[in-house]
Amino acid sequence: MAITTRGFGGRRAPAEKPLPPGQFLTEDFPVLSAGPTPNVDEAHWQFSVHTESGEVRRWDWAALMAMPVEDVTTDIHCVTRWSRFDTQWRGVSVDAFFEDVESEAEFVMVHSYGGYTTNLPLEDLLDGKAWITFEHGGEPLAPLHGGPVRLIVPHLYFWKSAKWVRGFVMQEHEEPGFWEQNGYHLYGDPWLEQRYA
Amino acid sequence: MALDGNALAGPLAGIYAFDVTTARARCAHCGVVARLARALVFASAMGIVARCRACEEVLLTVVERPDGTSVSARGLAWLRP
Repeated sequence: MAITTRGFGGRRAPAEKPLPPGQFLTEDFPVLSAGPTPNVDEAHWQFSVHTESGEVRRWDWAALMAMPVEDVTTDIHCVTRWSRFDTQWRGVSVDAFFEDVESEAEFVMVHSYGGYTTNLPLEDLLDGKAWITFEHGGEPLAPLHGGPVRLIVPHLYFWKSAKWVRGFVMQEHEEPGFWEQNGYHLYGDPWLEQRYA
Repeated sequence: MALDGNALAGPLAGIYAFDVTTARARCAHCGVVARLARALVFASAMGIVARCRACEEVLLTVVERPDGTSVSARGLAWLRP
């Protein structure tokens, strides 16, 4: 007999909006951390992109604030089976960061303050599919949820949306990030239920 | 919130034939030797991450997969019962 859990006190999705397989809807925002919450203030925050040629492009908080800001409303799906509909974020499209970056590499290792990493194909970060965000639900992003700045890649499981993001390292070959080294899927498409490698 | 290394006892009881919490471990990053019960443990539904209390680098990761428990110990130089 199959046993299902409703997880985090969630309820089933309304029929008109589908959930990825194996997911349950919640209105909470559970916190999953693999380490201590880094203490990064806006004055010291930096974001950088390192290319395969050794070039480094950097942005500080003032540079981030000068970029075109977008409001994004999107569904998010955690590999631990909770999903939230219509979460609200404010940030800058990853496309805007790559306007000034020359790279032929097809893969990105995302690095966070605190040492977390996650790997993505570059194409999953471009064309309006990913954002560098600093507000959630109209408030500055709380440190527990990745503040001051978090990557959001909503079409993949939420471990790819790295909290406390500090940079991208361009890679010619795909290497596994933190959870990917520990048995989770290299890509993590929730609609294909790519939870484990 | 971080737990201490005693939180590893249950999940690893079926993996190691001794009580891991009383085992001594050497951090591969900073070289500190401590009983695993002293580790900083971050437990979530994704997995359990045990970190060195001295340098906070990862010692050990435990992931419960559908096909069984997977333990990565690449942050340990060694583990002695």
